[in-house]
Amino acid sequence: MTKRSRSVLALAAGLAAGLACAAARADDKVLIIGDQCDRTGPTQIVGTVLCPAMQDYYRLINSKGGIDGWTIKADEIDNAYKVPEAIEAYERQKQMGALLMTFYGTPQTVALNQRLEQDKIPTTSPGFGISAAADGKRFPYLFPIAATYWSQAAAAVKFAKDQLGGSLKGKKIAYIYYDNPAGKEAMPILEALQKQEGYELRTFAVPPPGVEMGAQIIDVTQRFRPDFVIMHLFGRSPSVAIKGLKGAGFPLKKVVGLVWASAEADILAAGGWATAEGYNTLQFAGAGDDYPVRGEIKAMYKKDGKDPPKEMADTVVYNRGLLQASIQVEALRNALKISGGQKPTTEQVKQGMEQIKDFTLGGLVPPLQITADDHEGGGWVRIFSVKGGKFAAATDWFKAYRDVVEHAVKTAE
Amino acid sequence: MFHREAGVFKTSYAADMALYPLPIARWTVAVLAGLFIVVAPLALGTYPLSILNLVLIAVVGALGLNILVGYSGQISIGTGAFMSVGAYTAANLITHLHAPFWLAVPAGGLMAALIGAIVGIPSLRIKGIYLAIATLAAQLIIEWTINHVQAISGGVQASITIPRPTVFGMALKSEAQIYCFLMFFVVLALVATLNLVRSRIGRAFVAIRDQDIAAEIIGINIFRYKLYAFAISSFFAGVTGVLESYYLGIANYEQFQIDVSIDYLAMVIIGGLGSVLGSVFGAIFVTLLPIVTRLFLEQFGSILLPGADLLNVIPNLRLVIFGGLIIFFLVVEPEGLNRLWRNIRNYFRVWPFSY
Repeated sequence: MTKRSRSVLALAAGLAAGLACAAARADDKVLIIGDQCDRTGPTQIVGTVLCPAMQDYYRLINSKGGIDGWTIKADEIDNAYKVPEAIEAYERQKQMGALLMTFYGTPQTVALNQRLEQDKIPTTSPGFGISAAADGKRFPYLFPIAATYWSQAAAAVKFAKDQLGGSLKGKKIAYIYYDNPAGKEAMPILEALQKQEGYELRTFAVPPPGVEMGAQIIDVTQRFRPDFVIMHLFGRSPSVAIKGLKGAGFPLKKVVGLVWASAEADILAAGGWATAEGYNTLQFAGAGDDYPVRGEIKAMYKKDGKDPPKEMADTVVYNRGLLQASIQVEALRNALKISGGQKPTTEQVKQGMEQIKDFTLGGLVPPLQITADDHEGGGWVRIFSVKGGKFAAATDWFKAYRDVVEHAVKTAE
Repeated sequence: MFHREAGVFKTSYAADMALYPLPIARWTVAVLAGLFIVVAPLALGTYPLSILNLVLIAVVGALGLNILVGYSGQISIGTGAFMSVGAYTAANLITHLHAPFWLAVPAGGLMAALIGAIVGIPSLRIKGIYLAIATLAAQLIIEWTINHVQAISGGVQASITIPRPTVFGMALKSEAQIYCFLMFFVVLALVATLNLVRSRIGRAFVAIRDQDIAAEIIGINIFRYKLYAFAISSFFAGVTGVLESYYLGIANYEQFQIDVSIDYLAMVIIGGLGSVLGSVFGAIFVTLLPIVTRLFLEQFGSILLPGADLLNVIPNLRLVIFGGLIIFFLVVEPEGLNRLWRNIRNYFRVWPFSY
C-alpha cells in the first residue's frame, strides 16, 4: 500500500520544490526580510493591522531610495498562528536568503528558536515570546526589542506606586490574567516586587477565550477591593474586563492594561471612549497620530492618489508595526555600514541590531539601547490614558525595577 | 495496466499471507522505499525536506487516529492532548534523566497509551457524538493540567527545550538527518498498522465498528478491544508528539491544542476512514494543501491584483480554497482520497478493456 502513498508524496514534493525554486529569485541590490504575520487565525485582530503597517514602512523606505541604494524585499507569509506552517515559512524564507526575520506568536517563537541558533538568523519578536530572551548571551538571535512581559509588569507596579502616592505598603493589587503561559509569565516579577514593596497581591485567572468573567469581576471588586488592578489579557477579553469593571463601579483610572489589552479596538469593543475614560494602557510604541512618520506614510498614499489605509486608525497596533519594521531597517542600515556597502551577512545584521541606540522615529520608538547583552533595549514603556476620545500620554518613557527584572532574566531556567 | 494478476499462484501459507502478493507490487514498494529512504534525503534541499518532515510527523498521527476512528469506529477529538502527553513525558525524561531517543519515544507513547485507555473508558457506555464530547473533555482537562502542574510543564512558560536526538553519538542536526530519523518511525508505524489491521486484534476492531452487539455475541470482549483501540491509537499520538518535540527542539502545550486534534480528524476523514493508505493521503493533503495553495496564489495572484492588496487577499483566499477543496473532495468521493485512488486504479487495471 505504501507505494502509492509514496508516489503521491514524490509528486507533491517535486511540485513544492519547483515552485519554491521559482519563488527564490536572486536579485543584486536587494535585502530580504522574512516576515511571518497572521492576517488570519486566532490573532488576526492584531495581524490585520500590524502586517500592513510593516509593509507600509518598508514601502516608505523603498520609495525614498531604500537603504543606501539597497531595496528592501519583505516576504510576508501568513502562518495562521500554526506551528507547522511557521516552520515551513521559516525554511522557505531561509532558502530565499532572508537576512532578518519576524515571528508572530509565542508558540511559533519557541518552536523556531533552536533553528535560529543553528542558522544564525536574527529575529525580532516584540511583545511575545520568552521574557528571558532579553538575555542576548543565552538567546543570541532572538530580539524582543520591546519591553517583555517582565518589564511590563515591573513598569505597571511602578505606575501603580506613583498613582497611589509613592508607596505601596499595605496596598492591595489585583492581577487579572489570561490563563495561559503568556498570561502567567508576569507573575514571578509581581511576586518578587511584593516582597520589596510590601503590597498584597492576589491573582485572578480568566480561562480562555476570556469572554465571560463575571465571577472574576465580582471577586475583584466586591471581595478583594483592590487599590489598583493590573490586567494582562488578550483578544476579546480586555474589552469584557473594562466593561465589567466599569459596570461594577470600579474607577478605571486605577486600572492598567499590559500591551495586549491596550489597543483602540479594545476600547471600542468595551463600549467606546466615553465608557473607558480614565483607563490606563501600557505601550511599548507610542500611541496616537502625532508622529512625522505617519504623516510621511499618508503623503506616500496621497502621491499614489489613494486615501491612507483604514488600518492607520488603529494607531496602537499600527505604530507597533512601524516600530518593528523601523528597528529592522535600522539594523540593516547598521549592517551595511559594518559590511562596508557589501551585502551584509546575517551575522552582520545581528551586530547591526546590537548597535541600535538614539533612534526614536520622532518619539514613536522609545529610547532603546540594544546591546549584545540586552536584546530588549532597556525595557522602556509609556503609559497612555483614555482621555477625551483618544489616548493621551500620562507619563514619559520610563523603565522600572531593572534590578529585579534583570535578576529574573539571569536566573531564568 | 502493468498489473497482471493472472498467473500468480500461491503455493505456501507464507505467500498467501504476504502483504504484497504480486511481484510487481513488491518491486514498486521496494523502488519507492529506496527512493524515499535513500535518494530523497540526499537529493532534496532543506526546504522540501522540512515540508516532508512535517508530512512524516503527520503520517504517524493520522495512522494512529485512523486505527481508532476508521477501524474501530470510536470517535476522538483528543489527539492533540495525547500528543502533548507523549511530548511532555519524553521531554521530562530527556531533561531529567537524559533518556536517549530509543527510550524517550516509546515511553512517550506508553504514557499516552495509558492516558488514552483511561479516556477510552466512557466509550464502553457512550457512542458517536457523545463520545466525541467526552474526548473533548479529555483534551481540555489534559491541556489544563499541563498548563497548571509545573512538575509536568517545567515552569510558567509550560515549555521544555530538548536537545536534538543522538544516534550512535551523533546529534541529528540537519533536515536530512532528521528526515531519516522520522522516516524510520514512519516505516515502523506503517508496517505495524498494516499488520495490525489484518491480525486478530484488527479484525475485532472492524467487527466492533460494524456492529458492536454482533461482535459481542460472537465472543469479542468489547471492553478489552475498545480500550485496546484507544490505547494503540493514543500510543501513535504520543509517539507523534515526541517526534514533533524532537523536530522542534521543544515541548510546548500550545502546539497541541484543539485545532491540532481537528486537523488530524480532517486528515483521517479526507484520506479515507479505515485505510492505511488513506491516512497517508490525508496527512499529505492537509499538510501540503495550505502550502501549495499559497505558492500557487503567490505565483499567479499578481495577474489579478496589485501587490499590497494581494498580501491581504492571499491568506484569506487560502482559507476559502482550503475549505472549498475539502468539500469538493468529500462530495466527489465521501469515502476519501483512498477510494478516489482505488477507483482510478481499478479503471486502469482493466484498461483498455473495461468490460
